[in-house]
Amino acid sequence: MRLIERFFSVIGANTIDRVWRLGFAARFFLAMLSHSGETFRRPRLLLRELYASGVLSLIIILVSGLFVGLVLGLQGYDTLQRYGSSEALGILVALSLVRELGPVVAALLFASRAGSSMTAEVGLMKATEQLTAMDMMAVNPLARIMAPRFWGGVLSMPLLAALFTAAGIFGGWLIGVIFIGVDEGAFWAQMQANVSFRDDVFNGIIKSAVFGVAVSLIAVFEGFDAVPTAEGVSRAITRTVVTSALAILALDFVLTSFMFRGL
Amino acid sequence: MIELAGIHKTDEILRLMTTPYVEINGLDFAYGDRQILSGIDMQLPKGKLTAIMGGSGCGKTTLLRLIGGQIKPDRGSLKVAGHEVSRFNERELYGMRRRMGMLFQFGALFTDLSVFDNIAFPLREHTRLPESAIRDLVLLKLEAVGLRGAAQLMPAELSGGMARRVALARSVALDPELILFDEPFTGLDPISLSIIATLIRRLTDALGATSVMVTHDVHESLAVVDYVYFMAGGRMVGSGTPAELRVSTDPYVYQFVHAQPDGPVHFHYPADNLDEQLLAGAA
Amino acid sequence: MNRRVMDLWVGVFVVIGFAAVLFLALKVSNFSASSFATTYEITAKFDNIGGLKARGPVKSAGVVVGRVAEIRFDPQTYEANVVLKIDSQYQFPNDTFASILTSGLLGEQYIGLDAGGDERMIPAGGTIAKTQSAIVLEKLISQFLFNKASEGKKDAGAQ
Ligand SMILES: Nc1ncnc2c1ncn2[C@@H]1O[C@H](COP(=O)(O)OP(=O)(O)OP(=O)(O)O)[C@@H](O)[C@H]1O
Ligand SMILES: [Mg+2]
Repeated sequence: MRLIERFFSVIGANTIDRVWRLGFAARFFLAMLSHSGETFRRPRLLLRELYASGVLSLIIILVSGLFVGLVLGLQGYDTLQRYGSSEALGILVALSLVRELGPVVAALLFASRAGSSMTAEVGLMKATEQLTAMDMMAVNPLARIMAPRFWGGVLSMPLLAALFTAAGIFGGWLIGVIFIGVDEGAFWAQMQANVSFRDDVFNGIIKSAVFGVAVSLIAVFEGFDAVPTAEGVSRAITRTVVTSALAILALDFVLTSFMFRGL
Repeated sequence: MIELAGIHKTDEILRLMTTPYVEINGLDFAYGDRQILSGIDMQLPKGKLTAIMGGSGCGKTTLLRLIGGQIKPDRGSLKVAGHEVSRFNERELYGMRRRMGMLFQFGALFTDLSVFDNIAFPLREHTRLPESAIRDLVLLKLEAVGLRGAAQLMPAELSGGMARRVALARSVALDPELILFDEPFTGLDPISLSIIATLIRRLTDALGATSVMVTHDVHESLAVVDYVYFMAGGRMVGSGTPAELRVSTDPYVYQFVHAQPDGPVHFHYPADNLDEQLLAGAA
Repeated sequence: MNRRVMDLWVGVFVVIGFAAVLFLALKVSNFSASSFATTYEITAKFDNIGGLKARGPVKSAGVVVGRVAEIRFDPQTYEANVVLKIDSQYQFPNDTFASILTSGLLGEQYIGLDAGGDERMIPAGGTIAKTQSAIVLEKLISQFLFNKASEGKKDAGAQ
């Protein structure tokens, strides 16, 4: 009996704590948005963050995209040729990348590459009193540190997802057309006839933009909220990666069920 | 003795003539349940250099953070230039901080910026000076702390004492009206220490700034400051001009000025008798 | 990191990022074909649309001339109203015949338009009068079995 009671009281306390943190994060988000003007008035701030979250993620995004495309090409061909429709390989590779794998896997990689370093940077600045020092110099860290990182992530994410998808389709083409010998014309023509710009490509871009907002927000918030010690920062980084992954998958489910319901 | 009393009188008159830039009355502050400061009264006259001394953990840094508006007092009033700091909104608070410089106890240099960019940071954020003017200002500040040659180094490449000197240069980059130095002398060798002490004095005079300096270095600071406050256990336990303090018989002040191990301030955190504890461990 | 090198890299990143989006729009999907061309809508009523889906192709002589925009059920007539978006560059005569066809034996279903000989063209928002419903495989089979059965009965009656 006591055990059950304790079980529920722990769960209850945890839930209250979560909800409280969610509210805190929402307030942080609004405050950051209201301090975002400076980010766009000073392109140099944004440029630095585009470099940190976009350019530095390029290699991992392109290489992973290529490999995912190669695997899709192999597996897809293996299945499709049993039904004698191997020329549909282009559709299969393109649709799965454009709609799901591109936005989702790119966002997961982004969270572990750029998101974790965002958290580490902000968390360490907090731990070494750099954020306080900045605040004492009448420079708001929300405007100077958090907002540019957030927007850098938000703007990079859709471009990274598009690059991932393009690299994946290139991988599928490499396997299908170059190695296996699927007819090149059929590969592209079938793909083009069956992938819709508005319903597939555009929705995929929307998805990646939403993921970009979620991951960047989680990353800067966890950094800002980190306990200002070495251990606290390392925990915050772990939380960024885990929370981002869960958020990406949950949001993906919600978005997919809205976007592709009619199909 | 009569002579000393005379000095005392003129100093007191000078003090009363200058309006206090920072005025603290009956201030209490607690972190959660833990009372850190109680009943603090303090005046920092305009254009003067004041020192705050006290044992480790007695709340000196906390007091500076209160003056900077980072935390709010639970009770009492804290006025800077006649305005109650705890009633400032964000814009007013930043307005005050723009005219204030703070040297952090642990430096708090921006680790992703070079020494040069660290000192240029407040100038770039708050002025529209051309880059050439910023360059000149930064180099002058660096020259003052003796680190012009280190301008291109990163904070990670500095020694502890160098980092503090860079932080000192950064805190006065905007020629502030109010400067808060949290232990400017830690990690400095005796030569740099006396140079920095005179530098702080000269800066205060040149800028007409109101300066507060938290320090443990009694002799060096008594030589340069105008007034000293002693803290213990979150309270003000004594104050006076250097001349008064040197002859003071107040037990707190005496212990501090003459660095006596025994007195009202204890070195040890309250604990059991050492012999008993060692014996208990051996048993 | 040198500022100019950083700017250059960010520039490269943005350019290839947008190039990837363009690649997805022009080479992977049908952005050029469907999203720029203006279209007009016409409606066709079918008794049964089978497995026709929104966004399915509308073909004439095997060439895609439009797409199925919307499928609605009409509770008055118990028919399916299918709205077609036809590329503005194509006009069809009033007596055009619309049927639901299947590509291959089990492939996707599409609408085939057979142009008639009328002088007047279907206006935007107009209706196709002559339609033929989808061939539903189960119906075809049951019809076939029914015919066989009745043939068998006839044979039995003759004996
Ligand atoms: N953020 C905090 N939360 C809770 N307690 C704190 C916090 N910061 C400081 N304290 C406590 O407040 C007391 C005063 O701290 P403060 O930093 O003001 O000391 P100090 O006088 O500057 O000491 P030192 O000379 O060692 O720098 C200490 O006992 C410390 O444990
Ligand atoms: Mg301190």
